[in-house]
Amino acid sequence: MISYLARRLLQAVLVMLIVSVIVFIILHALPGGLVRAQLGPRASAYSVHQLEVTEGLLNPLPVQYGIWLLHLLEGNFGFSYKLNQPVAGLLANYLPRTLLLVGISSVLTVAIGVPMGLWQGYRRNKPDDHALSASMLILYAMPDFLLGVILIILLSLDLPVFPSTATAFGSSLTADVEVLVLPVAALTLGNVSYYSRYMRASVIDNLLEDYVRTARAKGNSRRRVLVRHVMRNSLSSTITNIGLTLPFVFSGALIIEELFNFPGIGLLFWDASQSRDYPVLLGVVLVVTASVVAGSLLADIGYAIIDPRVRYA
Amino acid sequence: MPELPTGTLPPTTGAEPEPADGLSATSRSHLGRLLITAREHKLATAGLVTAIGLTLFSFIGPLLYHTNETGTNLVLANLPPSAAHPLGTTPEGRDEIGQLMVGGQSTLVVGFAVAILGTAFGMIWGALAGYVGGFIDAALMRIVDALLAIPFLFFIVLLASITEPNLIIIILAITAASWQSTARLVRGEVLSLRTRSYVEVSQHLGARHRHVIFRHLVPNVVGTVVVTATLSMADAILSYAAVAFLGLSVPPPATSWGDLLTTGINNLFDGYWWQLWPPAVAIVLIVLAVNLLGDGIHDMTEHRHEVR
Repeated sequence: MISYLARRLLQAVLVMLIVSVIVFIILHALPGGLVRAQLGPRASAYSVHQLEVTEGLLNPLPVQYGIWLLHLLEGNFGFSYKLNQPVAGLLANYLPRTLLLVGISSVLTVAIGVPMGLWQGYRRNKPDDHALSASMLILYAMPDFLLGVILIILLSLDLPVFPSTATAFGSSLTADVEVLVLPVAALTLGNVSYYSRYMRASVIDNLLEDYVRTARAKGNSRRRVLVRHVMRNSLSSTITNIGLTLPFVFSGALIIEELFNFPGIGLLFWDASQSRDYPVLLGVVLVVTASVVAGSLLADIGYAIIDPRVRYA
Repeated sequence: MPELPTGTLPPTTGAEPEPADGLSATSRSHLGRLLITAREHKLATAGLVTAIGLTLFSFIGPLLYHTNETGTNLVLANLPPSAAHPLGTTPEGRDEIGQLMVGGQSTLVVGFAVAILGTAFGMIWGALAGYVGGFIDAALMRIVDALLAIPFLFFIVLLASITEPNLIIIILAITAASWQSTARLVRGEVLSLRTRSYVEVSQHLGARHRHVIFRHLVPNVVGTVVVTATLSMADAILSYAAVAFLGLSVPPPATSWGDLLTTGINNLFDGYWWQLWPPAVAIVLIVLAVNLLGDGIHDMTEHRHEVR
């Protein structure tokens, strides 16, 4: 277990290092460079030179990368000239809200998608399976923001139950819950189809296995075989997908936060993209990716705890 | 989304080479066989017909249905459906149907281009990693891991905000964020094919790399790749809609279904339903159609065990 953990941790660190190199390259591929992006096209040669000196941009690129990486490790993500704040403070403010949104939605997605897939696999090719498959396919074919808009029309305009914007977030606990309902629902509905389809396929495959026939031959009821044997096996392969789908959940959060005006890291990122605030853009990409990597690390550790075969592989 | 599994789990081993025709394909004509395939795969056929229909609507439609799609006419702004404008008008006073045609062009071009470019790039990357192996394989695949960890929309927005977005930039940005799963899939297939005895025998008999790649590997990977390309077209269209919603799209007067849908959303509280639902239906239809087509091709190429 220890060696598995060590290997997995090393892999995560390596992935983050490569991501940092990619982000660094993008930072330096900016037209006119970082300085022009901050000072604008009309800055004088003197002020450009001044900033280049203070930002250390005259060093060779590998040295710059080293310094930049050291700063990152110290929690120094640079300075947002547009918002006149250190980027690290902004990230610390906005990231937890997005993690809350993504976390609740991920738990709900698995809690709905897995039993649904289990049921569909059990009832494969029956009318209710077909009906569920068809509706899941339609949900999958909808852009996340369209789902959100339909929820707004149904539950905010036609039937004014929940607020259509999340601007009240943070004022009180009841407001927070009210405000989160529609964004979480939109994010969850879009991703349930992934788990239900995977789980359905996995259950159908597992039902063909010899151990199912053996368990049935020993006199176990269909329900018992399904819950005790098939679900356990299908679940462990489905759980690995949590890590795999996290990047998509975060992408969805970007859209949903913009639609509902939810003050999370996606909204911060979107505002930064409108004002070309590159230190914020790159800082957000780094912490969001780090969240994804940490999330899939957790999912893999959970997987190793559930399924001993992984530990000794 | 990563590739959705279709019907059964993605196989851990590559497909066994199959004889070219499955069963009694002795005396049937091409057309006859095609009709049988169409009848066996109703949903895939429906998907294909819908996709062709939407393509014709977008590219041939403007030749038959003439509207002014470049000018702004505020007298005609936000008109509800009428005889002159069957689906009403946009805030710029353009005909909604005409806009759907123009928007469909860029949407379909982006979807198609990303599918082709992303799949080709991913295939080369994955095949290289799987075939060469060793350190190069490890290095190439760690890059894929890293890029897959960056949430794709953040990546696309970052790339697109470095430059002024236009059709080419959008295609390249979405492609940059979508080739990685193909690379992983193809690498896996190539790795498993490489150890098959017929490939090893061929290598021991002195076959050149080119022979092994084009005679043994490519034909066996082709099915997977076509399915991936089809499904990635659907994902690219969804990504494009999302990017348009975030304000990164083709410069006006060009438009896309995502842009039109965003306009509809911005006017949601004014009740201009004709600006919201037509582009929404168009996006859902094309994504559904392409997905059904991809699933159908998957079923046709993957001769998997039938569920009892």
